[in-house]
Amino acid sequence: MLLEVRNLQTHFKIGRKKTVHAVDGVSLKIEENEILGLVGESGCGKSTLGKTLAGLQPRTGGHIIFRGKELPQRYSVADFRRNSREIQMIFQDPYASLNPRMTVKEIISEPMRLQAGGGSSDYGPLVGQWLERVGLKPEHMARYPHEFSGGQRQRIGIARALILQPKFVVCDEPISALDVSVQAQVISLLQELKETLGLTLLFIAHDLSMVRYISDRMAVMYLGSVIEEGPSDEVYFEPKHPYTQMLIASNPAPDPALERSRPHDPPKGEIPSPINLGEGCRFAARCPEAMPHCHTETPKPKHTDSKRMIACHLY
Amino acid sequence: MSDTPVLKVENLNVEFATFGGAVRAVRGVSYEVYEGKTLAVVGESGCGKSVTVQTIMGLIPCPPGKVTAGSAKLCGRELLTLSKEELNKIRGAEIGMIFQDPMTSLNPTMKIGDQIAETLVVHRGMSRREGLTEARRLLDRTRIPEAAERARQYPFEFSGGMLQRVMIAMSLACKPKLLIADEPTTALDVTIQAQVLELMREIQREDGMSIILITHDLAVVARMADDVAVMYAGEVVESGPVDEIFYRGSHPYTLGLQQAMPDARHDAGRQLDAIPGSPPDLFAPPSGCGYHPRCPHAMQVCTKASPASFEISPGHQASCWLNHADAPRPETAASPVGSAQE
Repeated sequence: MLLEVRNLQTHFKIGRKKTVHAVDGVSLKIEENEILGLVGESGCGKSTLGKTLAGLQPRTGGHIIFRGKELPQRYSVADFRRNSREIQMIFQDPYASLNPRMTVKEIISEPMRLQAGGGSSDYGPLVGQWLERVGLKPEHMARYPHEFSGGQRQRIGIARALILQPKFVVCDEPISALDVSVQAQVISLLQELKETLGLTLLFIAHDLSMVRYISDRMAVMYLGSVIEEGPSDEVYFEPKHPYTQMLIASNPAPDPALERSRPHDPPKGEIPSPINLGEGCRFAARCPEAMPHCHTETPKPKHTDSKRMIACHLY
Repeated sequence: MSDTPVLKVENLNVEFATFGGAVRAVRGVSYEVYEGKTLAVVGESGCGKSVTVQTIMGLIPCPPGKVTAGSAKLCGRELLTLSKEELNKIRGAEIGMIFQDPMTSLNPTMKIGDQIAETLVVHRGMSRREGLTEARRLLDRTRIPEAAERARQYPFEFSGGMLQRVMIAMSLACKPKLLIADEPTTALDVTIQAQVLELMREIQREDGMSIILITHDLAVVARMADDVAVMYAGEVVESGPVDEIFYRGSHPYTLGLQQAMPDARHDAGRQLDAIPGSPPDLFAPPSGCGYHPRCPHAMQVCTKASPASFEISPGHQASCWLNHADAPRPETAASPVGSAQE
């Protein structure tokens, strides 16, 4: 196992009495060389979970064990230097995540420079190799980010994340900001790099079809906790948790005949605020199958077989 | 259902003057929207799908924008030559519009109820009190819980999905013949998207209005559309009834988009086929067919001459040289290209 998360909590205090329970008791295991997809609606805490795993956000409780060692709760500068060799992140917005005043060469080689702690090595040849690996040209390294399209910028972000040859990469919605025809390019690139470099990926996205396509396993989050997890195809085609069922039923398919055959009853309600969560199942208020004790007792995660986990009183 | 279109756009050309030269954002777009039907306009960012409808609505600032040719008729009446005052009477009354980001389309300092009532006061001559009553009814109709309470709130107190309902309520205020929805659900989560799309369908069934739905998401098109126009580089490259486009798609771009998307039904082990390259720069659109630099089937003629529109079946057109009688039949395409010609 590469990474194990036990009862992870990332809370934010706002004001004196209010707490945002962004990540609230998540337990996950990620095996070496697999892609774990993480889906959920906006505000469910999936990005906060990704940032916490990458050390960009201190956790407020629980454990993160990476290759047998517990990661620090709050990273020091030295922790970042040590851990960034193994854990990296690819960000959602390729326009905001690249410094517009740095050249591509400076951007991609920055992790190397930070690791070396100064000095004046020339990373040109290495940057050139990485540019080719992500489908750009070595002569692009003297250019600035604004000279590239969204898909090309995302390739630059990928090269920057991988230049230190990390084991584990958190991909936070890496394709949401891209055009449809370009999304597939970036997905194929990630798949290829994962194979050749032996990467392990946490792939965060809200596009269920794409997550099912790329991931080996899929975890579904709702209001700070993982409510269902299992092999991607099983979760997608046989969703067990009522929330997963609702998500998948709402996900349109590019097939008009299939769409016409669907019942026209969209799910009710919206994701509630994650401020000051009480007891009970988080989904109970929207759940079509809620029972009285769903509102008072928080369901414990249950393993229905060796691969599936569901947190619901129905099972 | 009548055969005269509610909206008929013909050979529309729009340019923007910039320091770098003219950007030809819309290059000869034609499409029709029929009564009670939904036309989905699909394309990637920069393909001209939004500029087309903004031109129809008179929302393009001129200069720098300029309509160089073409016409747009609403029930037979030309829109492009109307004066500002005449357009103001049509906008909001006969054509409603909702945008991708409802937060920036509403006035943050005005109560929701007042904003809806304003439309009614201006277009239907209601008093403010009548307007507010009608606004509450409209909010109720778009399934906003506790409408009376919500009408007294400001936009920041609403979630994204609720604001989009407010936008729909506002656009319905004057019972428009045509609703233009520009990426209405792109910023929303799937469950909320399903709610908003269903609401649009329900209102269409009850009021019989026509919808132009602009989107980049083929799955949303499959759920909503009767007819589809696929746009690329400022042109409509393929158009027709939704089933024709999805099951008998003919233009390589349409097929490329479909193959670039994961499809849950039959892709066990299938690799996504990405379209190489990126959408073109409209400062200097490619010569000939706009798609030829990315097209796997591009021939010499594609680089030289713009393809004519070929009829694949009644109502289904594709602008691609592969449909010419003398064109070779590509073997690599996933679905038969231009088989109707044989």
